[in-house]
Amino acid sequence: MTESASKGSDYESSLSAATNQVAEFEKPQGFVHKVQNALHTNPALVPLIVLVMSIVVFGLLLGSKFFSPFALTLILQQVQIVGIVAAAQSLVILTAGIDLSVGAIMVMSSVVMGQFTFRYGIPPFISVMCGLAVGTGIGAINGLLVTRMKLPPFIVTLGMWQIVLAANFLYSANETIRSQDIEQNAAILQFFGTTLQLGSARLTYGIIFMLLLFGVLTYALTQTAWGRHVYAVGDDKEAAELSGMEANKVLVSVYALSGLICAFAGWALIGRIGSVSPTSGQLANIESITAVVIGGISLFGGRGSVLGSLFGALIVGVFTLGLRLMGADAQWTYLLIGVLIIAAVSVDQWIRKVSG
Amino acid sequence: MSVQPIVQGRGIVKRYGHVTAIDHSDFDLYPGEVLAVIGDNGAGKSSIVKAICGAVQADEGEIRIEGKPVHFTSPLQARDMGIEIVYQQLALSPSLSIADNMFAGRELRKPGFMGTVFRQLDKKAMEKFARDKLTELGLMTVQSINQAVETLSGGQRQGVAVARAAAFARKFIIMDEPTAALGVKESRRVLELIQDVRAKGIPIILISHNMPHVFEVADRVHIHRLGKRHAVVDPAKISMSDAVAIMTGAMEPPPIEEQQLTPKAAA
Repeated sequence: MTESASKGSDYESSLSAATNQVAEFEKPQGFVHKVQNALHTNPALVPLIVLVMSIVVFGLLLGSKFFSPFALTLILQQVQIVGIVAAAQSLVILTAGIDLSVGAIMVMSSVVMGQFTFRYGIPPFISVMCGLAVGTGIGAINGLLVTRMKLPPFIVTLGMWQIVLAANFLYSANETIRSQDIEQNAAILQFFGTTLQLGSARLTYGIIFMLLLFGVLTYALTQTAWGRHVYAVGDDKEAAELSGMEANKVLVSVYALSGLICAFAGWALIGRIGSVSPTSGQLANIESITAVVIGGISLFGGRGSVLGSLFGALIVGVFTLGLRLMGADAQWTYLLIGVLIIAAVSVDQWIRKVSG
Repeated sequence: MSVQPIVQGRGIVKRYGHVTAIDHSDFDLYPGEVLAVIGDNGAGKSSIVKAICGAVQADEGEIRIEGKPVHFTSPLQARDMGIEIVYQQLALSPSLSIADNMFAGRELRKPGFMGTVFRQLDKKAMEKFARDKLTELGLMTVQSINQAVETLSGGQRQGVAVARAAAFARKFIIMDEPTAALGVKESRRVLELIQDVRAKGIPIILISHNMPHVFEVADRVHIHRLGKRHAVVDPAKISMSDAVAIMTGAMEPPPIEEQQLTPKAAA
């Protein structure tokens, strides 16, 4: 080294005796550590195990009453709306945000689809497109408020929830469009309610759409640059920006996509209940957040897999149907789901420690 | 003056309200050198480097890169020109893998249909590139390129950040306090990395508080004081305590003709 170098490094001369293992990667040790690491890399594993175990337990307790194609596909039918909304919620929560307006966007979109068709006589297909556009638009406004005005997502979507819900009641004049009218004049609105009978199993297009949606989102989140950016922005927005990602564009796209998915949920909702009702889907907010949390997605952002939310929604569905078939008070379902939420967040905290 | 500077700043001014962070400062970076920028807290050393990379926009003055005037409005534009920055807070995403972090914002997509239509990432190519770059800098054991960055130690993370900069820099690299958060051994590794990068011919602007580190790796030392380039000295010809004295104003800087305004090779 040069003369100047020796001047600086005298005090470090004893270092040559130290081991040279600076940038080696250590191997994790022990079974618990391995489990922790496996969960860290596959965050949907916990909800999947819980889901399989709960199906097995209810199957053992209830036998063929529960463990039948009919009952299991009934669960899918019951969770399809929450599942679709939970997919939207997952995206937003992965960016360390929260979307409290999901339920309102869903209902508003379904009302637009119905009212455009029946009030203005617009062809049903065009009305559906308008409904999807309205949902996307509301989501995009959420995203713009979060990024441009730098408001917390909780506040933006809390406000948007009230605004959209009120607009929904004002616009629809609290008027329900009856199922028979839709069936006769605008069957496409009930498209997602179309059923496929396979033996005693009943699948609807809504269920298939939900499963496809989770497949597409899993692909987008794990296999595309956009997906990597969603995680990075949720993890540390500033770091993502400094390393060259356009964090605000990613956020706006996430909120807009969340709005679009909620609008699809609104369309599926018409298929599920048959009618267009401005008072439906009021619990979608809390149910979607529940599914996401049980599904192991961290509310602090950047961690979790969207498939976990599907498992989370299914776990709630399995508990609901299983306990009902056992004749238990419905309050037991809520009690157990409460326990699951707290357990899921505890597991999340534990998994995070792998980095500590 | 036969060698063209990589970066040449003249009369740069940056004001924040009533505060003048940079006051008609000059700046020169020459090919193949490590230029250390030292200065007391608040002297404006970060501000001038930010003005060069586009993180802030100078109010007055001129910045030329390889002779061409530039007006960056964001660090992304500087990055497009081949200027890489290693931030003090590293700018890594903890939950993403080493490979994902190295390619943040410039991911490779698969060739053909899967890449153009379905926009699928070419993970294999990115992993191979990341592995090669880390190995080149002596940072690597092979099976761990998909490890999340949060499972790495501070020095390893710094290594990833430096490797990313070295892999993509075509013009020069700015390093902001790269050893501030590290232990003695890890700092040593980073200093070796700096020398490796210089050996590849990429010049480095090193902002540091750590005088021993500065004096070890720098070819020239730019001393910033009160928003100005106060002096440029040769670390081989001046003692650390004199440099600190000049930096704090306790000692007058050497006369201009004795200063290392151009590197030894160019003189």
